Amino acid sequence: MTHEQCTAELSPAEKKLMQEFLEEHQLFFGPDPEIMQNHRLEPRTAREDVAIGKVSDPHLLNQVRGRVQSGMAESFRMIEQMGSAPGAKWGDLVTAVFTASGDLSEASPIGMTTFAAVCQYPIKFINKYWTNEPSVGVREGDGFIHNDSRYGGVHNTDQSMMMPLFYDGELICWVSSTIHEGENGAIEPGGMPARAESKYDEGLKMSPLRIVEGYEIKRDILTFLQNSVRDPKLQYEDVKVKLFAVMRTMERLRSAIDEFGVDALIAFLRKNLEDTEAEVRRRLSEMPDGVVRFPSWADSTLREPALIKHNCEFHKKGDKGTWVVKGSSPQLSNRAINGVIASLKSFLLTGLIQQIWPDLPRNQAVFSSFDFVADYPSLLNSDTDATLSMSISSAFHYLIKPGQLLNKLVYSVPLEAKTRVTPVLAAQYNQPATFIYGGLTQHMEVTGNFCADINGAGQGARENQDGLHSLSGCFSFMSDTGEQELLEEELPMVRLVAQTLAKDRMGFGKYRGGAGYEQMMSSKGSAMWGFMTGQTGSSFSSCPGLFGGYSSSAYPICRVKDINVFDWLKESGNPAKFPFDIVELMNKQPIEGGTYTADDAGITFELTTEGEIYMICQGGGGGYGDVLERDPELVMQDLREDLISDEVAENLFKVVYDKAIRRVDVDATKMARDTERRARIARGTPYKEFVKTWNKPTPPEHIPYYGSWGDDGVIYAGAGPTRITMTSETMKPVFLPDPREQKIAAMQARIAELEAKVK
Amino acid sequence: MKVQITEYLRIDLDSERWECRCCGHEIGPARELYKEGLLVYHRDPREIHRPLLDPAKYAKTFAPDPEWCAILEYYCPGCGTLIEAEYTVPGHPPVRDLELDIDALKAQWAKRKEEKVHVAAGDTPRPVHRHGHGHGHSH
Repeated sequence: MTHEQCTAELSPAEKKLMQEFLEEHQLFFGPDPEIMQNHRLEPRTAREDVAIGKVSDPHLLNQVRGRVQSGMAESFRMIEQMGSAPGAKWGDLVTAVFTASGDLSEASPIGMTTFAAVCQYPIKFINKYWTNEPSVGVREGDGFIHNDSRYGGVHNTDQSMMMPLFYDGELICWVSSTIHEGENGAIEPGGMPARAESKYDEGLKMSPLRIVEGYEIKRDILTFLQNSVRDPKLQYEDVKVKLFAVMRTMERLRSAIDEFGVDALIAFLRKNLEDTEAEVRRRLSEMPDGVVRFPSWADSTLREPALIKHNCEFHKKGDKGTWVVKGSSPQLSNRAINGVIASLKSFLLTGLIQQIWPDLPRNQAVFSSFDFVADYPSLLNSDTDATLSMSISSAFHYLIKPGQLLNKLVYSVPLEAKTRVTPVLAAQYNQPATFIYGGLTQHMEVTGNFCADINGAGQGARENQDGLHSLSGCFSFMSDTGEQELLEEELPMVRLVAQTLAKDRMGFGKYRGGAGYEQMMSSKGSAMWGFMTGQTGSSFSSCPGLFGGYSSSAYPICRVKDINVFDWLKESGNPAKFPFDIVELMNKQPIEGGTYTADDAGITFELTTEGEIYMICQGGGGGYGDVLERDPELVMQDLREDLISDEVAENLFKVVYDKAIRRVDVDATKMARDTERRARIARGTPYKEFVKTWNKPTPPEHIPYYGSWGDDGVIYAGAGPTRITMTSETMKPVFLPDPREQKIAAMQARIAELEAKVK
Repeated sequence: MKVQITEYLRIDLDSERWECRCCGHEIGPARELYKEGLLVYHRDPREIHRPLLDPAKYAKTFAPDPEWCAILEYYCPGCGTLIEAEYTVPGHPPVRDLELDIDALKAQWAKRKEEKVHVAAGDTPRPVHRHGHGHGHSH
């Protein structure tokens, strides 16, 4: 009998009694779908009404905003200076302030908008469940910590400190700080285990809980957290750092209250949201009505090769916009790349701010007016049992969707409409290309974390200039790639090349994407050390171009195993033979006896011995426009800067030049380009004729495929005879077999076959 | 009145036709997908992203795998400009990436002046020395 059938026979009084009983005896305060599915602003409160009634001068509110921003900028820098996590040192953090109801009103001027946008969910959870819970409560001086993304968050490597700001006994707002901490006690070190097959493999998972009372850290709780991770020093230091950063923001907010009055702060925090939402609607109304679509594909689950569709449409009508991600991959429950929908929305918000509207306040209202449609359960909108620890592998596809989609709507808007506020640009590289590491350091300490190289992604080409090289992570403004010397002091890792830009691997176009750089890492001085990586895009380019521009390359992981490069370098003459370049090292194979491999870029954690070489590339940005429109002099400049090869200059850009002095033959180049244009016309087929033979009814049989194919309502999962077909309405979670078990089974079958032959 | 929709596409609101911004070629009805008026070519991705590692030694070479990834190049039939480069799975139907409400567009632009030149917002352009070709690019 269902709950509805049961309660249908009850009188209103009995129903009320039953509801009260259930509320008083809640078994488990799990993630609340009512909170987690709702990205809208909370209704304006009576208190906010009063405050806005008293303080409405926009100039005064702007002064308050300045104070708030300044306070958060200060607390951001505090974390950067004092934080222990690599993510804290190099910008993967944020500080933020929220309304009393929990809406993100303003994030720090730099840092991870996404962290701030998802932090509203645990705050709303605290407001709803802990405020009136007698055993918890919310009081002056309390600090709550949280990292489980099922309650709001990207993945449980990120930890947030959230504190209520009271003034004269009244809750005025919430303040937070969030750091990508790294290590969290998961099945693999470093905080982002690709090998996790269930949420119980993900390590520490804090629902929002109080760790600070009266501005003092509760040492028993902190000890429990330290005891749950591989790096207790990190956990200790950064809880303190986050607390003091929040307290500094609160100090600045109290100063603003003293200067402008408490109503001014409350009014600002609410008006900042309402004004932003109104501005987003105004800008939408200036854009053409229509539908834009951009599907993309990941090529790995990080455990096995697979094509995983990330569908996305944007429907725009009047001042309304709707994001539709139906038709994307089903939930892959025992793979780490699922995500919660609140997180996905926060990534879209970040993409909107970074690619379309960098001038808007960094708050929840940038996204709150949009409608959103997704299948459930699906990879992007998973249930609470799905594994989420490498959700960023999927979510990063959505960071660049706002640019890929809205640029097709915003390009035509006249500048006077103040809607197109930054140059139209192609995608920034959108995979987390970095080494995650773990083991025993040279100081005999156990640790695990990741390298800040994740922040070195190449920028997409812009409509009027090339993309910048290794600009930042696609998820964050102004993040940095770290100082290798500092890393080597603490960790048993040596970088063998100095961030050489990856030649020929950015997106080509009229303007080219910025290059990423090569990472060549080796371990030294550790009895136990290992690496893993978490990116896809080795078979299918991840980072798209725009308006005829090409994507950036595919990027594998390259390894030289069974050697010790440090011993090899000691031998006379060898240093001169070492190519400080991945491509040359792999093709020439100068280190004798090494096992050279190039594989899917995402690998689970594996132990390495001293002197083995692991190599990946931070990716390049997408290209913009037709390669034949690139200024030949810019092509020569790229050659001089060793960004591209002669093959690319000649064969793709069709530039004719004197190779010795790199002087362009203008007439010959024009002729070569005209010839190529004619060749295009000759080899192209009219669209309607082309699709007759091109379009296939289903995905290629032999490729594991997850997602729709043409019709967004029909979802495929798997390959060959075991492939299943679902509809949006009948979506079910998918479980994949363990690749190691499959490998063992295949080897056992082979052994049995050979044994049978011997007999 | 003509509205510049993308780097290479514009819509003539009077004739309701997609046009190439480089050569003025009439691509097709604006109420239909612009791709239907273009030429398409299935480009092997290894021709754009050439294998940098020796394919004889390695399966992964920095080039996309043509069994997994295809590039559909869309050319203007008038001038051969590469209007879109769509990365897709071999056999996947081309995406209907841009469908506009033409009536709404007309109403919107009834209150605006025609823009002859597209100006990028908010940034300083890198100086361009000279154009590589002269086939009437009319931005």
